[in-house]
Amino acid sequence: MPRRRDEMVPDAEFRSYYGQPVIKQPIWHEPHMPTYLYLGGMSGAASAMAAAARLTGRDRLELAARMAAFAGGTAGAAFLVAELGRPMRFLNMMRVFKPSSPMSVGSWTLAAQGGLTSVAVGSAVTGVLPAVGDAATLASGLSGVAMATYTAVLLADTAVPAWHEALRELPFLFAGSALASAGAAVMLTTPRAQAGPARAAAAAGAMAEVVAGGLMERRLGLVGEPYRQGRAGRLMRASRVLTLGGGLLATVAGRSRALTALSGLAITAGALCTRFGVLEAGRVSAKDPRYTVVPQRERVDAGRPASVPGR
Amino acid sequence: MAECHPVGYQWVMEARERGAKVFHIDPRFSRTSATVDRYLAIRAGTDIVLLGALINHVLSNGLDFREYVLAYTNAATLVNRDFRDTEDLDGLFSGFDEETGRYDPSTWAYEGDVPEEEELTEGGKRHAEAAGSDSYGARGAGASATPPEDPTLTDPRCVYQILKRHYSRYTPEMVEELCGIPREQFDELAEAITANSGRERTTAWVYSVGWTQHSVGVQYIRAASILQLLLGNMGRPGGGIMALRGHASIQGSTDIPTLFNLLPGYIAMPHAHRHDGLDHYLEREGADTGWWGNRRAYVVSLLKAWWGDAATEANDYCFDYLPRLTGDHGHYATVMGQIDGTVKGYFVVGENPAVGSANGKAQRLGLANLDWLVVRDLVLVETATFWKDAPEIETGELRTEEIGTEVFFMPAASHVEKEGTFTNTQRLLQWREKALDPPGDCRSDLWFYYHLGKRVRQRLGDDEIDRPVMELTWDYPEIGAQRDPDAGAVLREINGTAADGRLLASLRELKPDGSTSCGCWIYCGVYADGVNMAARRKPHTEQGPVALEWGWAWPANRRILYNRASADPQGRPWSERKKYVYWDGTRWTGPDVPDFEEDKAPGYRPPEGAKAEHALAGTDPFIMQSDGRGWLYVPSGLSDGPLPTHYEPHESPVRNALYGQQSNPARRTVDRPENPYNPALSPRFPYVYTTSRLTEHHTTGAMSRPLPYLAELQPEAFCEVSREMAEEIGLDNGGWATIVTTRTAIELRVLVTGRVRPLRLNGKVVHQIVMPYHWGYSSGGVVTGDVVNDLPSIVLDPNVYIQESKAGTCDVLPGRRPRGRALLDLIERYRDG
Amino acid sequence: MAERMGFFTDTTICIGCKACEVACKEWNDVPDDGFVFRATSYDNTGALGASTWRHVAFVEQDGRWLMMSDVCKHCTHAACLDVCPTGALFRTEFDTVVVQSDVCNGCGYCVPACPYGVIDRRQDDGRAWKCTLCYDRLRGGMEPACAKACPTKSIQFGPLDELRERAEARVERLHAEGVTEARLYGENPDNGVGGTGAFFLLLDEPETYGLPPDPVVTTRDLPAMWRWAGGAALALAAGVAACFLGRR
Repeated sequence: MPRRRDEMVPDAEFRSYYGQPVIKQPIWHEPHMPTYLYLGGMSGAASAMAAAARLTGRDRLELAARMAAFAGGTAGAAFLVAELGRPMRFLNMMRVFKPSSPMSVGSWTLAAQGGLTSVAVGSAVTGVLPAVGDAATLASGLSGVAMATYTAVLLADTAVPAWHEALRELPFLFAGSALASAGAAVMLTTPRAQAGPARAAAAAGAMAEVVAGGLMERRLGLVGEPYRQGRAGRLMRASRVLTLGGGLLATVAGRSRALTALSGLAITAGALCTRFGVLEAGRVSAKDPRYTVVPQRERVDAGRPASVPGR
Repeated sequence: MAECHPVGYQWVMEARERGAKVFHIDPRFSRTSATVDRYLAIRAGTDIVLLGALINHVLSNGLDFREYVLAYTNAATLVNRDFRDTEDLDGLFSGFDEETGRYDPSTWAYEGDVPEEEELTEGGKRHAEAAGSDSYGARGAGASATPPEDPTLTDPRCVYQILKRHYSRYTPEMVEELCGIPREQFDELAEAITANSGRERTTAWVYSVGWTQHSVGVQYIRAASILQLLLGNMGRPGGGIMALRGHASIQGSTDIPTLFNLLPGYIAMPHAHRHDGLDHYLEREGADTGWWGNRRAYVVSLLKAWWGDAATEANDYCFDYLPRLTGDHGHYATVMGQIDGTVKGYFVVGENPAVGSANGKAQRLGLANLDWLVVRDLVLVETATFWKDAPEIETGELRTEEIGTEVFFMPAASHVEKEGTFTNTQRLLQWREKALDPPGDCRSDLWFYYHLGKRVRQRLGDDEIDRPVMELTWDYPEIGAQRDPDAGAVLREINGTAADGRLLASLRELKPDGSTSCGCWIYCGVYADGVNMAARRKPHTEQGPVALEWGWAWPANRRILYNRASADPQGRPWSERKKYVYWDGTRWTGPDVPDFEEDKAPGYRPPEGAKAEHALAGTDPFIMQSDGRGWLYVPSGLSDGPLPTHYEPHESPVRNALYGQQSNPARRTVDRPENPYNPALSPRFPYVYTTSRLTEHHTTGAMSRPLPYLAELQPEAFCEVSREMAEEIGLDNGGWATIVTTRTAIELRVLVTGRVRPLRLNGKVVHQIVMPYHWGYSSGGVVTGDVVNDLPSIVLDPNVYIQESKAGTCDVLPGRRPRGRALLDLIERYRDG
Repeated sequence: MAERMGFFTDTTICIGCKACEVACKEWNDVPDDGFVFRATSYDNTGALGASTWRHVAFVEQDGRWLMMSDVCKHCTHAACLDVCPTGALFRTEFDTVVVQSDVCNGCGYCVPACPYGVIDRRQDDGRAWKCTLCYDRLRGGMEPACAKACPTKSIQFGPLDELRERAEARVERLHAEGVTEARLYGENPDNGVGGTGAFFLLLDEPETYGLPPDPVVTTRDLPAMWRWAGGAALALAAGVAACFLGRR
């Protein structure tokens, strides 16, 4: 278990307007958005596992992964639509494809993921057009890895300091978490004999998640503070304990149904904690003007302000 | 000014951009203070000390504009040898009667002027009667056109020497001690105004109710007048004293007055006991010299406008149809009459006295004791709903079921739903078009009074007593489905017509023989040649800076009054830089309409016995005055002395350091149980309060609190206190405070701010609390709050009966006020001390 | 495209009358923003948001009281526009940034993207709103309502190039008069958002007024984000593959 770092960032002197935030806090709700991030990640990694299982001929695991990817994708999409201010207009997401908008890229990715996993599951359940189902499964392996990682860009591509500054580590954090949670989901729904790769995925994903999270908090300095403090800090710490514990358990739980269940639930809970924690840290970092003002002020005072030449 | 007149304030900002130095003197650091060169914090109620010290600075350093002062003011005039100044009587002038609390002004007159024979008496004693003062410059008792003078200004009885003596004790040290303005700030101000006055430069003063709402209110303005006259800043471009008004067309409502003591055009209201017929009235109300010498033409033309053919020479032009005064019929006297049951009915039009007038409880007790009440407003103001939601209902002092007042609420049209004119502070009439019909039953005031008049006339008959109403000219064309009387026709009646119906072009055409009619002589010419001059809208880019073709200013479209003073006695501009109206050898000319007879040469000297304007020399610019001079010293017309003198507010936490006399001896108090006073110097009421306004709201909030866009900008009643005061009392920013006087206690949210600073007066720290007064308990308000004007007492300036609401004392407690009966108990404890 | 239009808000002559806030709401039919006494000087609307498109900030300092009318910056590189997934936000012919309320589906992504905290989603309505620089008035050849209502010309509207020149001259003059703290904010076309269409003359550091001292359009780093995400995606794929290799 990573040691909690108790280093205190010295209280930076800064000025603000009555302590009010400079930027707006993300308006995304709980549990919708963090749950979507979890489900999307899990679905994506599960698709990759389904594709891998197809290629390596692990039928039961493939079916479980197809189901997990489908369930995660459709439930995630439902949460995402519910998150909209005007849910009836969710199809407006399909008006354009904008590479500059991770939300647009994500919408198309989610559409692809949802479509492919539906076809894959539909085919598997009904036995209709098995070749199409298999092709969809393989294709969803591609949409899946995009699905599992684009959400990191979605968060990083904002003015929220704790997200934007974490643009390097967030994709790995989410990818690891996705792998762990998909591994956990598949591990729980696959006969033990075939579940080896899922257990491996759960354990490997958990390690990656914990390492990426640790690296992120270490590198961020002041703007990493929200990940260590308050509710977000508690969630991130809980996530680390659960993920690490669940991951370790996964490596040894091969023979015990109960231990497998415990491991899967711990990893799932850890993955959820990660998403809730990241969301909360973002909110806190947006709310406190310190995280917006201090780094910017330092840049200006150091004589190297940001520059994006105008047209 | 930025706070309450942001649109007009743009010109101050522009002047500042062009290099003008702007000072702001106010108890409260407002948006104006934030945008000027220098802000001077002053204790509320001490401005005469500051102005007096500036006068003293000018006089003792010989900084007055001597040529201007000698020629255009009464500085050289000699005063009655029996006159005694406050210097001699420790704060009193000669003629004070302790018993009545009033002055006999006869010793204040110029040398050789005999006081009027039969001055109004009360209890067998002569005294200066107020509520006639608006026209006093015109009074017969005023002054002769050619009083004895000492051009060397050395005679101890000349005005200049009296002034010098009177203000000698108004020193920078006194300013520091009484106003709380440090020496260096005073020096900077004194230097700025004197350096920016004289031939080449001028200084202007702008004031508002911070100067008028005091028991010495009129004398505040007088003090500024003295300073401006001494510095030669009157009648010249960039000079003057500008009164900022509290509403649109408040200037208009004194020109065509809603005041009990005036007829249109500042003509005095006849008095029941003082006047006997038109001739007698004209003889007594105004001087024969100066422009008021023409008053017969104005009064007769007014009577002709009102009663038309019924007004004939034989019946004194229906002069006896005019109502008569019997005394003070001002707002507060009326309210006391209501409480006493002598006033039975009440019209309240576009006002909200239950929130806007001093001592709101007395206002509401009066309302509750009426037979009927008519309220005309845009929304159900507190004055119309007092019977169900007044604070007195909550305390149990009033019970809805016991209030017999029948309230008629008449919804009013807004300014875009009616046509007519606004007259702004610089006397500019601007015509407004009607944009749309008022909704539902809403109607303009013009519609209301016209149709009310018609209905009243339908109910009257041929009785002698009905004739004043039946014979009124009441025949305006009615327009549209709502039958609105034609406001243009009303303006044409105000402008006036000749016998042949031709619209008059100038007030010079008005005749005393009944051949002309004119609803307001100073407005004569607004419809010259059948053109609505007030509706002119030629942009400033298409005409000179004086912009004579934008709207129309009374009188005669003159933009600067007394502008003859912008030239020297010989008629030459004082300087090229300040060139304005001047004598070109044959006539007066310049970018403005000369406020002088165009062809009266500077060398004109009046022949013996000349009347009216002919009695004034070619060097007398102040043509409304009987002597044509600017009055540094006022020999008659004021109730509380010929020279402004500092008196502490009626409720003050400090002693008057200038005189033994603490407060204005002639102030009017209302000693009744509804109107208890905080004792002066009382330790129970250690804080000074002042009331104020905010940009976001309009007066009592009736036009702003019901509007979400305005209400959200200042949603709650609050007070501003200094950090030091907050700490002393235990007030939290954003928390609550309870403000207590002997009248009542109210609760306000607290804004702790560095803008309010404690004042150090001779070692003693005085805290001031500032309270915007825009909130009330209803007014259809999206937001409501306690009524700040429930705090002040009714104590009045003796000249114009304005209340002292800008300076008083209070106590402040942390937290919210008690409710119901407990509130009364709290006040009881404070009263009993 | 027509000339780029914008605002130059000169806080040195702002008198804090809030006429801009009210005129904006009147013209654009923006609802009230609640009735809360905030005890933050004379500011009771708090900040720019979905229902406050002009906001006057009041900063009390020792001996001075700063007032500043804030507004959407209409950035050259507008993050809100970049990240909008539906195309509801678009750039007009005046080079301003406007939300089409009939397209917006309220995803809310623009809200945390804005480095100035301008755009926000309305709770009851579900869509994102902000200053349109009175697009409808501009198309009608009129100036925006706030500029029209401003009594002191603190809010100036016009072609951006012209405003920039005017602003520079103004700052030079203020410096010559000894107001050395005067500085422009947002006019630099090489700043983190490529210059703003609405810029300001301030008398103190931007953060004092609630403005970010060195804002960056978040999409500046988007290529890097995709690269890192791509790396993570590859790593994920590799990780999955690794788990499936080895023995059966």
